[in-house]
Amino acid sequence: MKPVNHKAWLLILPVVVCVAFSAILPLMTVVNYSVQDIISPERRVFVGTEWFKMVMRDGELHDALLRQITFSIAVLVVEVPLGIMLALSMPPSGWKASAVLVLLAMSLLIPWNVVGTIWQIFGRTDIGLFGAALARLGFDYNYTGSATDAWLTVLLMDVWHWTSLVALLCYAGLRAIPNAYYQAAQIDGASRFAVFRYIELPKLRGVLMIAVLLRFMDSFMIYTEPFVLTGGGPGNSTTFLSQYLTQKAVGQFDVGPAAAFSLIYFLIILLMCFILYNWMQRVGTSDASTPPNG
Amino acid sequence: MAKSRIDVRTVFLVAYLVFSILPIYWMVNMSFKTNDEILGVFSLWPRRFTWANYATIFTDVSWYSGYINSMIYVAMNTVMSIAVALPAAYAFSRYRFLGDKHVFFWLLTNRMTPPAIFLLPFFQLYTTLGLMDTHVAVALAHLVFNVPLAVWILEGFMSGVPREIDETAYIDGYSFPRFFLTIFVPLIKAGIGVTAFFCFMFSWVELLMARTLTSVNAKPIVATMTRTVSAAGMDWGTLAAAGVLTILPGAIVIWFVRHYIAKGFAMGRV
Repeated sequence: MKPVNHKAWLLILPVVVCVAFSAILPLMTVVNYSVQDIISPERRVFVGTEWFKMVMRDGELHDALLRQITFSIAVLVVEVPLGIMLALSMPPSGWKASAVLVLLAMSLLIPWNVVGTIWQIFGRTDIGLFGAALARLGFDYNYTGSATDAWLTVLLMDVWHWTSLVALLCYAGLRAIPNAYYQAAQIDGASRFAVFRYIELPKLRGVLMIAVLLRFMDSFMIYTEPFVLTGGGPGNSTTFLSQYLTQKAVGQFDVGPAAAFSLIYFLIILLMCFILYNWMQRVGTSDASTPPNG
Repeated sequence: MAKSRIDVRTVFLVAYLVFSILPIYWMVNMSFKTNDEILGVFSLWPRRFTWANYATIFTDVSWYSGYINSMIYVAMNTVMSIAVALPAAYAFSRYRFLGDKHVFFWLLTNRMTPPAIFLLPFFQLYTTLGLMDTHVAVALAHLVFNVPLAVWILEGFMSGVPREIDETAYIDGYSFPRFFLTIFVPLIKAGIGVTAFFCFMFSWVELLMARTLTSVNAKPIVATMTRTVSAAGMDWGTLAAAGVLTILPGAIVIWFVRHYIAKGFAMGRV
């Protein structure tokens, strides 16, 4: 057990100050906006929960939220298993492993608007390889015209962009499993699936938690890529929460409602991450009882 | 049986790699074409190979200054993130203290906050402080999501280092700063490498805040790109070349940390 030492606060003080400056201060400003009607810098009226009520009843917001949740679930359902499978398929060491790692990590280091640009080009039926190939195969593909195509393209873009992160994290987790575990499994005559289920999966718990949380949070705040690729359209089919918020805050300059919306948005993410975090902790501890010292 | 399984895996891996490389290849391909060729002929490689798009970028100050600005604030952010996260991660990995779990989760919540929420307040805050359009402003703003991540990753690495090492060092008469800098930090070099990689990555790719907090002097390349797209119509060739150039620094960073990633950043966590 770790010793209790309250002086450790001194060590985390810089972080707390730093983050407080760039998070609590701005967040307080948002709270401040959310309860006032700012007509001009001099004239502001306290409106209480007015904006919150308005935002809660906003039908467009409900649609955006629903789209957002569907999208985030789709992202997790596709990317996590795919990432694990990729990690399991990767060579354990040598130049091949290095090459695969570098290739996989490429997509992660591309600025997000460039990701949008890449797919904007790639998906066009006249000058893009992907779009042209689909058109050649006889599909009526058009990501700027069809809502379904646009949504699927955004999802495919996200899978392309982020599955590597899950794969890299899992790969790192797999490499940290001592060989003795595999030898023991071999002696017991465990099947490939049993090895995965009872050795690899429990050992991957920590990294999987990071991967799922990161993917969930980031997909829930996705902004730049769909903004560049589809601009939220056609119609509103790919307008996710962040984009809706930015439209409100910057486009229409409805500071009050935008602030109220920001807070609700923040609380939703917080709640979901809290649930996910605790759930994965629990799943982890019940699994960890299987292998020794797990 | 074993043989065929390996083959299936290799096929799957190669298929995914092709899928992951093709869009990038297509952009590289386009960056070497003229706009006429991009719009006129559909070809898998440049028929009339040209460096003109890259020449545009390297000779136009409004283009290449974007790269320099991005580099500056990304470097500042990475150094700051790691500098403040190191002692904090040590505290979290070694001690229990009042509210430790809550502070840890609170830090993580900042990683979860959509940047869109912070746009307006940041704009006001940095205007008041006179930091608008400086590299520091962007570097500070990016701390919101990079510091929590850095603490999280470093904590995992540090927990993998046996506590006996600390105790032995203290018995040998090392002061905390001396122990930390000369013994502990070298031990978690891999962790610092991985953390730096992630900080670099998330700061380099972020657009929304970087664009909001800068206008001319510190304008990052990602913002330059969006501006040019809308202003000059669709200059596909130059856009593609600029995109290719934004990938390069990342590719170089990956090359340096590839062994660290391979060694496993989950050591302490799993």
